[in-house]
Order: sequence, then structure tokens, then C-alpha cells
Amino acid sequence: MRILLDKFSKSFGTTKVIEGMDLEVGSGEMLALLGPSGCGKSTTLFAICGIHRPTSGRILFGDKDVTGLPSQERNVGVVFQSYALYPHMTVAENIGFPLTVRRLAAADIRKEVAEIAALVHIDNLLDRRPSQLSGGQQQRVALARALIRRPDVLLLDEPLANLDAKLRLEMRSEIRRLQKETGITAILVTHDQVEAMSMCDRIAIMKAGEIVQIATPSGMYNDPRSAFVAGFLGNPPISFLKGRAEQGAFVFANGIRLSLAILGGIPDGTVLTLGVRPEHFGTSGDIAVDGKIAFAETQGRENLYDVILPDGSVLRSIQSVRNDVAVGDAVRWSLDSKAALVFAEDGRRL
Amino acid sequence: MIEKTRVSANFSSVPVVLLLGLLSLPLVLIYAYLFIDTISNSDAGSLVPSEFTLQHWSFLWETKPGKPNIWLVTLNTFVFTSVITAVILLVSSMAGYVLSRLNVPARGFFLAGVMVLHAFPSVTLIIAIFIVLQYLGLYNSLLGVILVKAAIDLPLGIWLMKGFYDTVPWEIEMAGIVDGASRFTVWRRLVLPQIRPAVMALGLFSFLSGWSEFILPQVLAPGAQVQVLSVYLASLIADDNNFDFATFKAVGVFYVIPVLILYVFFQKHLMNIYGGGTKG
Repeated sequence: MRILLDKFSKSFGTTKVIEGMDLEVGSGEMLALLGPSGCGKSTTLFAICGIHRPTSGRILFGDKDVTGLPSQERNVGVVFQSYALYPHMTVAENIGFPLTVRRLAAADIRKEVAEIAALVHIDNLLDRRPSQLSGGQQQRVALARALIRRPDVLLLDEPLANLDAKLRLEMRSEIRRLQKETGITAILVTHDQVEAMSMCDRIAIMKAGEIVQIATPSGMYNDPRSAFVAGFLGNPPISFLKGRAEQGAFVFANGIRLSLAILGGIPDGTVLTLGVRPEHFGTSGDIAVDGKIAFAETQGRENLYDVILPDGSVLRSIQSVRNDVAVGDAVRWSLDSKAALVFAEDGRRL
Repeated sequence: MIEKTRVSANFSSVPVVLLLGLLSLPLVLIYAYLFIDTISNSDAGSLVPSEFTLQHWSFLWETKPGKPNIWLVTLNTFVFTSVITAVILLVSSMAGYVLSRLNVPARGFFLAGVMVLHAFPSVTLIIAIFIVLQYLGLYNSLLGVILVKAAIDLPLGIWLMKGFYDTVPWEIEMAGIVDGASRFTVWRRLVLPQIRPAVMALGLFSFLSGWSEFILPQVLAPGAQVQVLSVYLASLIADDNNFDFATFKAVGVFYVIPVLILYVFFQKHLMNIYGGGTKG
């Protein structure tokens, strides 16, 4: 079902958290609300599930205005960061609870629970209590409970934050599989760009209560609208160089020039920030940059280098493992100037 | 809590046990003689009993002149205590939830009010309460004294319950609400079970408090038909005509038995309330 936020605003007392947000999530789409903590992404999520009432604006599920409806009358499934399983109930009772409160017949509940438990692969755990389950299993129970009454929208609030690295990888694909299999509209709230990029169809990146950009993961990665977006996506992160434009070249504070074709048309003297992703600096590229390796880190398949340029700024480079350079070496590596991103002083992409 | 004594390699526990034993001996003797004196007669001035007798327990099967029947008194005490416990549990568990979780008007005022009432010594109110009950026609009735005792014990119960509700995570409640449950169902089915140990503890606590209450029934319900055990016991020692110290002791033992039974079976739960909130 399509979810629409129309000029949605929320304030707590005098603190405005979100002002005039417009957001549309297509039917069957999985959208990530990505942003640093305190940007209002959880507030948005709680407004959609009805725990917070919007201060103004409308929330629509399909064509139905649910703004004034209490949570109980909206058909939403929520997976909380802490899972919020009911500790005194068994797994089966936990999953069946949304149906129990609707007074369905016990036999029907049992059937539905068995069905959904098989879908999330926990059919052998139904008699256990939440405290007897591992983190990943608890997560599956929470998912099953959210999905059992076939909600209009599935809301996931930092669902992977409490899992260890290996389980996180597993649950990432698992949640995506469930979302695709059930064809449900889903909204994922996260501050982890890897989760957002790997699980979702589109990402809405938020900053201070506003959506900065909405795009597909690759679209946003390759074509960020601002330095904030470029800095948020990508691991290892993008490096920024400060300088100004002069006759089609990028000039550092100490006078060193890099001639970049993409700077054509930008007036001389404009203060610029140049964003270079680690994969665009290294063994291949069209302009040479001198520097000194300040830091090297091996990640098994790849090595990550921090290179200090003569003016003191740092470029990161990620390359296949090589043993011929070490910390302290002077290197002359190439930069792919076509892939560099140029931002104005205020962070706008040029 | 019942825990097995662990043998420590560093020091012997014998001296400690000896010292504590010696210090507790007077107490042990007092309790021992409380019981021994009820089933025996001793010569004047002697500590050694001279004969076994059950005459001091005769209050159980014959009603003393001018005294109510002991079984009626016991029944009164049970009714008094159980109703108080039930009222306190019902009201505290709901009021505590409201104060802890719901956005009610004047919440701060109620919280402070409960605190003040808890700190207020109830005895200072007793004359006013006496007059009110008399006016209402509830003087010398179990109902009247039950209402008063429950009302005086409620602030503590509410405050304790609020404290335990505060430890229940909000997410459980949010999950319940998005699962479609009403706020009442959320309380009844999801939140209340989380604080079950606390409810048990408060129940026991109220029961013991009601069982040992003396001053309120003594002042507000002294009549023969509505007497409770504590008042009955006091009337024995106040009766100058038939002064019988051994019977007084026997009634005392009789009075304390239910308390001992409760302690034996439920001491773990009681620890909950003194030891602060733990989730079960």
C-alpha cells in the first residue's frame, strides 16, 4: 500500500522536530530513512504508526487519511530496536498476540502462527520464551509478530542495531527476502548507510528534520546533492579537499594546482570543496597527485591508505592488497578527475 | 533469600556463630518460654514447668465470659485483612500505572500528594476519622475500619507500584498498542505480568500490615461482634478481673501462627519489596 506524508510537522512543546515534510513510499517499496541520530527519523516512524500525533499535516495509507486514527485502528506492523517481545509469553503467544486481541478463534490463531513462523524459520521455537532465544531468533519473532496480521506497512526501527556483525549480515538479507516475498510496503529507519544501501529500493536521507535527498542507493551514491549526502554514504567515507577555482583548475591554499575538466564554467576565485571517493584515487586515473602515506590498514581483500597531500589535507585510497608501499613512503598516485564531486562553500553540489 | 552457606577457606565461621548464638540466646529463651508457658504450669518463681496442661488453650473451645468467640474474632481478622489486601492491590496496581504512564492532568500534584499522605502519621487523624465514621454510621463496623486502614496504607502501595511500573520498558507498551490492543488490555495482559513479583510482595506486605493492625480497630471497631485478634488480645490483658497471663500468651501464639506460615512460604517475595525492584 502506498504511504504518503503530506506537509507533515511534529513538534514537542516548543521544539520543532520536523517541519513540512513530504514523503511518498510506493506500494511494495522498501524505503530507508537514513540520518544521524536526532534528525527526526524515529519521530517520523512513530507518527506513521500512530504513537505520535502529527502537529500538522496529513498521513495517508493508500487513499485513506489515517492522521487522526489511533494506532490500534491503523494496520501497521512495527519491529522495535529492542524487539519489545513480551517476556512472559511464549514465542507462539507473542506472535499470535495481535490476533488474540482481535478475538480470533484459537484454532485460526494457531494456524496463522504456524504459517508465519515457517516463513521466518522459527517453527521449531514456538514453545520457548523470548529469554531463551538468541538475538537473531528474537528478531525473527519480532518480525513474525509484525507481519502476522498482514499490515499495510511494515516499520523497522533500527532493527539490526542490537545484533553482532555476522548476524546483522544474515538478518539484512532475511528482512529483504521477507519484504519481497510478502510484497509489503516497508520503511526502515537506520543511521547505518550500509544497511540502507543494501536493503532498500530508495533512500531518504534526513538532516535536522528535513529530507535532503531521496534517490535509489546507487543514484544517491553517484550523484549526491550535497556534501552532507556524499559524506554520509560510502564506507570508507569520501575525502574532502578545500580550495578554490582558478581557470578551470582546483587550487589548494598553498598554491598547488590540479587541472580538472569538470571545473569549466565555474568563476575564478569560487571557494570549493572537492570530494574524492577512496576508489577514485589510486592506481588508475587521469591526473597525478603527490603525497605521503600517513596510515595504512588492511581489510583482507583490500588495503586502505590515508595519503597526506603537501597542503596537509588527506585523501583516502582503497586498492587491492599490495606490499610495495608502506607508511611514510612518498607516492605519486592518480586521481580519477571525472569521478570527483565538486561542492560549493555551503555544501551544495555544483 | 535462602542461600547455602559457603565454606570460606579464609576464616572459620565458628567464632562468629558462637558469638551470634550467645547474643541471640535471650531472644530464643523468650520465644521458647512464650510457647512452653502456654502448655504447662510452673511453680511460682520457678523456670522449670511442673505439669503439662492444655487449659490455657481452652479459649479455642470455650468462650470466656464477657469475651467474644475466638473463631468469630479470627474470622473477623481474616475478613479485615483479606479485604484490605484486595482493595490495596486493586487500587495500587491501577493508580500506580496511571501515575507512572498516563498523561493525566495534575499528575505532579497527585504524585506529591501520595508522597505527603504516605509520610503523614495516621494516628494524628484518628479523632477526625472517628467522628466521620460515627457520622456516617460506620463506627463499630468492619466496613468502616477496613476503609480507613486501606486508605491509610494505599499511598505506600501506589508509590511502590509506580516505582515498579517505571522499570517496565516503554517499547512493550508501544508494541502492544500497534498490535491493536487497547490501553486497558495493554495494562492487563502485557504490563501487569511484568511486575507480578511486586504485586505478590505488596499483597503479602498488606496482609501482614492488616493482620498486625491494632490501633485502628481498637478505636474504630471495639465491639464484640467486630473484634479482630489484636483487639481481643489487648482486652485479655486489660481485664483486671480474670487476669490470666498464660492464656494471653496462648492467644499470642495463636495470633502469630498465620504470620509465621506466610513468612515460611513467601519470604522470597517479601524480600522483593525491601530489596528494591527486580524483574522476575
